[in-house]
Amino acid sequence: MNQFPWLTVIGLIPLVGAVVLWLLPASLADRAKHIALGASLVTLVFAVAAALQFSTSSTSKFQLVEEHSWIPQFGVSYALGVDGIALSLILMSVILVPVCLLAAWNDLPAEEAHRERHYFALMLVLETFMVGVFAATDVFLFYVFFEAMLVPVYFLIGQFGGPRRQYAAVKFLLFSLAGGLIMLAAVIGLYVQGPGGADGFLLSKLAGIQLAPGTEKWLFLGFFIAFAVKAPMVPVHTWLPDAAAESRPATATLLVGVLDKVGTYGMIRFCLELFPGASQWATPVVITLALVSILYGALLAIGQTDLMRLIAFTSISHFGFIVLGIFAMTSTSWAGSSFYMINHGFSTAGLFLVAGMFISRRGSKRIPDFGGWQRVTPALAGVWLLVGLSGLALPGLGSFISEFLVLAGTFQRYQVVGVIATTSIILAALYILLMYQRTMTGPKPESAAGTPDISYREKWVVGPLIALFLILGFYPKPVLDMVTPAVTTILTSIHVTDPAPAVGAAEGSTK
Amino acid sequence: MSVSLTTMAGLPAGMPFAGEASTVHAATGFASAAWLLVALPLLGAAVLLLGGHRTDKWGPLFATAMSWAAFVVGLGVFITLLGLSSEERALTVHLFNWVPAGQFQLEAGMLLDPLSIAFVLLVTFVGSLIHVYSLGYMEHDPDKRRFFAYLNLFVAAMLLLVLANSYLLVYVGWEGVGLASYLLIGFWNWNPPYASAANKAFVANRVGDVGMGLAIMAMFWQFGAVDFQTVNGAVAEANEGALTVIGLFLLLAACGKSAQFPLQSWLGDAMAGPTPVSALIHAATMVTAGVYLVVRSHAIFDGAPNAQLAVVIVGAITLVYGAIVGCAKDDIKKALAASTMSQIGYMMLAAGLGPVGYAFAIFHLLTHGFFKAGMFLGAGSVMHGMNDKVDMRGFGNLSSVMKITWVTFGLGWLAILGVPPFAGFWSKDKIIEAAFVGEGWRPWVFGLAALIGAGITAFYMSRLFFMTFQGEKRWPKDAHPHESPRTMTIPMMVLAVGSASLGLILGPTNGILHWLEPVVGAAEEEHPVIPVPALMAITLLVVAAGVALAWMRYWRDKVPTTAPVGSLLTRAARADLYQDQVNEGVFMRPGIHLTRALVFLDKRGIDGAAGGLAALIGGTSSRLRRVQNGLARSYALTMLIGVVVILGAVWVVQ
Repeated sequence: MNQFPWLTVIGLIPLVGAVVLWLLPASLADRAKHIALGASLVTLVFAVAAALQFSTSSTSKFQLVEEHSWIPQFGVSYALGVDGIALSLILMSVILVPVCLLAAWNDLPAEEAHRERHYFALMLVLETFMVGVFAATDVFLFYVFFEAMLVPVYFLIGQFGGPRRQYAAVKFLLFSLAGGLIMLAAVIGLYVQGPGGADGFLLSKLAGIQLAPGTEKWLFLGFFIAFAVKAPMVPVHTWLPDAAAESRPATATLLVGVLDKVGTYGMIRFCLELFPGASQWATPVVITLALVSILYGALLAIGQTDLMRLIAFTSISHFGFIVLGIFAMTSTSWAGSSFYMINHGFSTAGLFLVAGMFISRRGSKRIPDFGGWQRVTPALAGVWLLVGLSGLALPGLGSFISEFLVLAGTFQRYQVVGVIATTSIILAALYILLMYQRTMTGPKPESAAGTPDISYREKWVVGPLIALFLILGFYPKPVLDMVTPAVTTILTSIHVTDPAPAVGAAEGSTK
Repeated sequence: MSVSLTTMAGLPAGMPFAGEASTVHAATGFASAAWLLVALPLLGAAVLLLGGHRTDKWGPLFATAMSWAAFVVGLGVFITLLGLSSEERALTVHLFNWVPAGQFQLEAGMLLDPLSIAFVLLVTFVGSLIHVYSLGYMEHDPDKRRFFAYLNLFVAAMLLLVLANSYLLVYVGWEGVGLASYLLIGFWNWNPPYASAANKAFVANRVGDVGMGLAIMAMFWQFGAVDFQTVNGAVAEANEGALTVIGLFLLLAACGKSAQFPLQSWLGDAMAGPTPVSALIHAATMVTAGVYLVVRSHAIFDGAPNAQLAVVIVGAITLVYGAIVGCAKDDIKKALAASTMSQIGYMMLAAGLGPVGYAFAIFHLLTHGFFKAGMFLGAGSVMHGMNDKVDMRGFGNLSSVMKITWVTFGLGWLAILGVPPFAGFWSKDKIIEAAFVGEGWRPWVFGLAALIGAGITAFYMSRLFFMTFQGEKRWPKDAHPHESPRTMTIPMMVLAVGSASLGLILGPTNGILHWLEPVVGAAEEEHPVIPVPALMAITLLVVAAGVALAWMRYWRDKVPTTAPVGSLLTRAARADLYQDQVNEGVFMRPGIHLTRALVFLDKRGIDGAAGGLAALIGGTSSRLRRVQNGLARSYALTMLIGVVVILGAVWVVQ
């Protein structure tokens, strides 16, 4: 316990950065974004250093643990710790924040420069909460971060978004609120059922408690609904396209790429770990909803005329895959889902941020307003195609490995589901390639002549993302090695075993 | 370092299953550098794409050099294999630990064996020639650098496809070549139909990829692994139903990539790409990947006769389908594309026949790679001289001005006809013979399909050849046809030499049979239902009849410059037997309607139901702002209340 508090420090740096931004004297206001970027980069350095402390062969469930009594009267602890799944999500988040800050560099026009510090500070505050929510090992603390995250996002959409930002922000809030309230009830219920005491909200105290089957189902539902809204699954997805469409691309990235992961992460950490029996009970329904999300999101994406909405719908489809993998409950599908969360973060970031580059050039996010832009901005068009290919999970890119693992793991248990889910890769090709065709191909639009191609700053935005697509596609081992022990630990603790192959020749493969 | 395959697969030692080299060795020496085969062209693509305009000047030459370098490495590996005894010709190159994910464990590695090396030589040799050709063909294209980058990318992906030692790694190459194909079909995508053609190819291939993905998943489900060695080893113990399912999934994959019925519709449109691309990707190499997949998976198909039958049926339908379509096309490239589809149908048919056909499928694949690539390059040369015109009704008598193109094309024509001693005679006629092997109805149906196909092939290829090079001039007024530059004609000449001689080198010596024997096993002596000499005579007669008919109509008689209306069949063939109409009616239009309906529903139905929000926030914007401001405050309040409620509840409980 007397070791360096890595997770607290990683969470605090951006918060300090945000406070500095707000306190900044007016004379230094134009330095705001540099300070923000600096803070996020320092955070990244610390996160990488923390990751190096992490051991993939450790036998303890959580590492980098910090545990302090916080409000013992109420059983609340300040408890942080990560397993491989949580750590990889934190790493993804802290990589995405500087990328997003850089992408948002010129989001505000000169006459609104005075709001810049506020804009960047909000993103830093969000980063603090993101780290907290993935690191919390106390259910109450998790709930606090879970709800607190909404505040900066609400302001990022409501104050800095597009023309219908208020509608979108309110809608986002209402859905999240509804989910949050249901979870609130479940959190209380869980504590009541647990052993109680001064640290009664600790996950370690709550995991494995014996619950009456009826109670377990109700508590499961309380958590699951909140996470399904967040993830978002059909039919509680409708807030996402509006929120994403009215957000700035950087906000949309953090919202869809990171925030929504709390939903799927929560399903693993809370639904499955705390209520394994109820999770099994709910599996048929959840898998059906996941399948519907996969296909529905993809079909809706094909039908969109707004770039941002289109990308949002692709994410609904992708979240369907993640949930499918989680509830298929095989080590392969879990490794796939955990890895999918990471790849989806980078892939969605690529899509939103590059779309943002086009939107800022064209002044419109409507697909019909584009066409022929490959002739205008060839390099940017190439980047656009690449992030699109990551979105359709092209083999060789990280997203492929994770999608394949989800499907292969699912197929082991549910062959028909596996077949249906796999057909969605055709739809994925359609939504990405039609989008590319409509925006980039065709004769050169004369009106767009003279539009600058990708800038130096923009190269720094997309460079890391593309590098990550390729590295994670050809050498996913570091991330897979990180998440696999966690996957095995959890599956063992909830007594789930993998289906055995029909022909026992599996030993030959590992040579 | 050697690991006995049989002991690894859990089989009793000394009982190697048919057709597999009994040991697989780790590659040493030169062969361990085989990863360069993929790395070199990949490096070329990366340098050209990342280097941008700085590499405009030397980029194309650099890419060409990378391709030739890969050929040299391939040749080195080939010689290494030649130096080993035939049982030892299976080397693995371990690359790295690729996907360690729970139960799913996979190493990335390469398999160097007679089958993969045959492909490596074809891909790198024909590929490099086409790089050279493109130096001339694409000389004035402003995006030449990007073109060469994509060509290199293709070569790298294709080599990965054939060298991979697991199905998942094959899949990476599989979609990699699909991507390169997409990029090159859409290379001139400022022209909207070309952009659509590229999309069509990618999507049709994705339908096939569903099969590829599912086949791999089914292998993992059944065998717990997806590398060739484990899968092949486990097949002996697997049940036939599972093998049939896997086989059918693999066949779906093959249909997509190889433009086989019912996924054939993209290939004709793919001719939108620059002609060197059509020659390399859409004739000689990528489209034959489906045949490779079936032959590579022969252990699975050998254990699943029903899946094999499906392969044969698909091959037979496609070979006739393509041949019929080929008879009606006036666009020289589309006629060649239909021919490609038909010829791959022959290969598929052979691959589905089992051990009697595997080697001939690959043999025909190799000879076809030469003569079809040569003819496509010839077509490109004709287009080069005719202002990029493709309508053969505006050609005629080009033999008078394009001697080299005429002769080289002519050798390809003789080869595909199966005239002795040119290549097709050795490879295609063997497939016809093999199709006549068997009992009951099958030899008659499949044999006759192959035989009739040969006749139709002779007709449409002669029609193409005569309409282009013989008869009267029907050139447009502004046309001044001329022979192409050396960079283009030399590759054509080299390929023509191959078309003429490759069959003679590999056929009568049984070289190809012996070479592939360690992979696919030795075929037993089989007897067609018609004696071989009689069959050869009949085939030649049928071919001669096809040529004669074409001669009467397209050389002796005047060819109208606008196509006559034609019979019902001609019109159907001209419209690709209505493949697009079927796809549009059955999939596209219902799909569009479904999407539209869902978009509408999502706006009205689900969104409305999910909380009655539309009504709540349906007011004016000023009211909206009031609501919004109020909500923000009440939200903060609710969060606070939430925390208080939890703590309060806890307090009560305690």
